Amino acid sequence: METCIYNVIAFYMLAAVILGSAVMIVAVRNIVHSVLFLAACFISMAGIYLLLDAVYLAIIQVLIYAGAVCIMIIFGIMLIRRADMKESNLFNKQTKLAAGVVAMTLAVYGILAGKTAWTDVTSNVPVPADSLDKIGGLLLSQYVIPFEVAALLLTVALIGAIMLAREVKADGDN
Amino acid sequence: MVTISLTHYVMLSAILFSIGLFGVLAKKNAVSVLICIELMLNAVNINFIAFSKYITPADFMGQIFAIFVITVAAAEVGVGLAIIIAIYRNNLPVDLDEIDWLKW
Repeated sequence: METCIYNVIAFYMLAAVILGSAVMIVAVRNIVHSVLFLAACFISMAGIYLLLDAVYLAIIQVLIYAGAVCIMIIFGIMLIRRADMKESNLFNKQTKLAAGVVAMTLAVYGILAGKTAWTDVTSNVPVPADSLDKIGGLLLSQYVIPFEVAALLLTVALIGAIMLAREVKADGDN
Repeated sequence: MVTISLTHYVMLSAILFSIGLFGVLAKKNAVSVLICIELMLNAVNINFIAFSKYITPADFMGQIFAIFVITVAAAEVGVGLAIIIAIYRNNLPVDLDEIDWLKW
């Protein structure tokens, strides 16, 4: 399908950046550096979305993940930590057990992805060029109920986050 | 001729999901567990968009699903950080090994 060699090179470079920064997110001991690698990971994931012809998803990936979510996590860290950040991102005692579980999960994924006959289900139709128009139309016609429910969910989450994180009065009630 | 097929994207997403899962299981700090959950959700999004491109390119089902996943992930980070801040406000540790009030 994609015969252009630049797409192949771009895929491998973006995949290397994504996986490298994902490993660094888990491996570094300073949680602020971890969030920095998270932002790099999200931005290169937007590149992967562009390779997959999902322009709108790439835009909101940069806007919401690299912009909002990373900044929110940084603010959260700054609010809950005041001592030094050097040893803020440590492993717990279950590291070996977790590695075993993850290795088994990855093996199952690999076997299933290798055994599935993807060529039977893939269609050779290219993604329509005006994907932004199509997504906007679908969100307001066929998927309007989930769209409104998502709006409600965001409102509830906003109010809930404010209620939870609000300053607690010294005398105890509220 | 070298091409990128659906399998490449599925494997990239599987490895990314596994790294995120390892972080969720093995990290001590609650904030880094939240970060690793974000990694897992992003791996799922790569899968959705790859399937949307290669299997049903015309009706955008995977892309719309990915939009909802991003929405729910943003809400989840907000509420999760608020809970962590509330725990910290009560002068309790945010290490997940210490948060075991619901255990017994």
